[in-house]
Amino acid sequence: MAAADAGGGICFALEGASKRYGDVVALQPVELAFEAGSTTALIGSSGSGKSTVLRLLLGLERSDSGCVRVDGRVLQPADVLALRRRVGYVIQDGGLFPHLTAMGNLGLLPQHLGWALPRIRERAQALARLTRLPADALARYPAELSGGQRQRVALMRALMVDPDALLLDEPLGALDPIVRHELQEQLQRIFAELGKTVIVVTHDLAEAAWFARRLVLLRRGAVVQDGSYADLRDRPADDFVRRFVQAQRTLPTAP
Amino acid sequence: MTAAHARFALVLLSCLWPALAIAQPARIGSKQFTESVILGEIARLAARDAGVPAVHERELGGTSILWQALRQGDIDAYPEYTGTLSHELLHDVPADADIATLRVRLKPLGIGITDSLGFDNTYAIGMRRDEAAQLGIERISDLRAHASLRFGFSNEFMDRGDGWPGLRRAYALPQTKVSGLDHALSYRAVASGAVDAIDLYSTDAEIPYYHLRVLRDDRHYFPRYQAVFLYRLALERDRPAFVAALRQLADRIDEQTMRAMNAAVKLDRRRDSAVAADFLGTHIEVGRRGLWQRLRQRSVEHVELVAISLGLALLLAIPLGIVAARRRRLGQLVIAASGVLQTVPSLAMFVFMIPLLGIGTWPAVAALFLYSLLPIVRNTHAGLVGIAPELIESAAALGLPPRVRLRRIELPLAMRSILAGIKTAAVINVGTATLAALIGAGGYGQPILTGIRLDSIPLILEGAIPAAVLALLVQGLFELVEKWLTPRGLRLQARQ
Repeated sequence: MAAADAGGGICFALEGASKRYGDVVALQPVELAFEAGSTTALIGSSGSGKSTVLRLLLGLERSDSGCVRVDGRVLQPADVLALRRRVGYVIQDGGLFPHLTAMGNLGLLPQHLGWALPRIRERAQALARLTRLPADALARYPAELSGGQRQRVALMRALMVDPDALLLDEPLGALDPIVRHELQEQLQRIFAELGKTVIVVTHDLAEAAWFARRLVLLRRGAVVQDGSYADLRDRPADDFVRRFVQAQRTLPTAP
Repeated sequence: MTAAHARFALVLLSCLWPALAIAQPARIGSKQFTESVILGEIARLAARDAGVPAVHERELGGTSILWQALRQGDIDAYPEYTGTLSHELLHDVPADADIATLRVRLKPLGIGITDSLGFDNTYAIGMRRDEAAQLGIERISDLRAHASLRFGFSNEFMDRGDGWPGLRRAYALPQTKVSGLDHALSYRAVASGAVDAIDLYSTDAEIPYYHLRVLRDDRHYFPRYQAVFLYRLALERDRPAFVAALRQLADRIDEQTMRAMNAAVKLDRRRDSAVAADFLGTHIEVGRRGLWQRLRQRSVEHVELVAISLGLALLLAIPLGIVAARRRRLGQLVIAASGVLQTVPSLAMFVFMIPLLGIGTWPAVAALFLYSLLPIVRNTHAGLVGIAPELIESAAALGLPPRVRLRRIELPLAMRSILAGIKTAAVINVGTATLAALIGAGGYGQPILTGIRLDSIPLILEGAIPAAVLALLVQGLFELVEKWLTPRGLRLQARQ
């Protein structure tokens, strides 16, 4: 599995990209690069602009200034559809379509791309093993799945056509602590196995440090610090970073 | 949708067919009251006996509908009254214009007029025959000698300048005991002796029934409403035998005969065609269709009206709803426009269609189509706009093109709302389609119209009950369709 899926990944860059909604500045002009095959965690409180970064990278929003580069090329509206197929995207409560079964959700894009049914089924079963989803859950509707199962299916849907990158926006935000803990371990393993470009958004410093070596802390639409967990803990860029680190109650064993 | 398509093509074909056929029957129209229907039936039988096949489009509606239908060639002839021509239909014509004058004025419009059929249907004053004989009253001017008589007049007659106020002046009538009455009640009032004289129409069926005497208008106060037939002048060239048959009816029906025929239909509940045939001394076609046959034909007509109009509405309203959901400004405009259509009173909507599409099935379909738009447009719009934004975004993020997102994700998620809109439109449509009979489209409205005219509850029920049953069936059918088409996942979600 790991060998088959190992891809080069995509490198993303925001160059002076900014975004505002009316009077609210979601993101100030920011310079951020994400190397191919790397895993990065964007952290910050709500409203810090971390989700906006993902939305700009996917072309769900257009930046007001600057540009987004994908593999070195400026992202044009005409390229957005092709880019999205190379990128898996998972949001907080999964965004599964309630009118389709888990399998129906997984099959949407592959069907459109012309995959034969057996191939879709095979891929779904392989991903079910990877995410440890019980096989019979595939026939169920989202309303019949537990929260953890829904997030697994959402992750599987994002991985169906073997994308080069994974963007996850608070993927575990709505789960209870035990399921969350279990999924954190699985996700870490999956990221390592697949070797894709991964950007995960979370407000939880411990979770961020668990997933990624590189953490980017945002505040009010601007990058406050960009470095490892140790950097943030030992060399905080300012008082806000110090308080943000201290505010975390449980700390992981150093990765 | 494909079935609706097929039906549409079929109906189109069947509508074009008569135009292609060579021998098209003459079409006679009649207004929505008994006398007009009897006269229409007399014309049809007279034409048939003269060797001209003719059909009678009965109870098409009021004066303006028949007049427009004639001018557009939707019908070839209908019975009319001279007073209506000079007061309502022609402008700049003296109120007392005679038939020769009217004939000259009608000619440029391409319309011909027969001589008087022999009777007037105008306002008149009536009294109980025994009381009139006892007091020696035959003419309206005889009333002057009996100042204590009590009059009961319909409200309209009381108010109109050419009603009681004018009559009183013209004859210098001294009576002071004058009360307003509902016209339907006034016959009973005069028969029971509650009043001594009432206003009436000179050919009312009730005149012989209640043994009334119609007082002679010796000062010619009331305008003349001589019965005539109007026909398309082109028929003098194309169908001379038909025009001759109409002309031969002139001077053959006097007031008493007309009253008796009205009474036979309205009070004795005889069939209008039988009464007309008796008058002409001819026979009617044997084999009156049974209840089930009538019901079946009306059901076909009614369902056809509903199915075609609803099918066409679906083709337009769902795309409109989608556009409305995509573009907010345009959407508000579309919904407002279809809302305005909805506020047009249904009777007016049907009548508006006549100048555009004539009479019959198509104008009715057009009116019903316009009524069906709003519920479907609005619910399609609401269903699409109501989808959770995170689902819309997830669909976009998957990398599916907009068209596929619409078909696979957005429309299924909006399906419940859309189906509810279609159901609303269908049920409204079944009810409104009963009005289509007013413009000659048939359906369950036909017996309701006739029933109202003849004051016959069984006839009204013959249309009203099937219409109600059809509405319930449609409701039930759509609930099944809803169950069948609503994805199981959405029902599960709704239950949580």
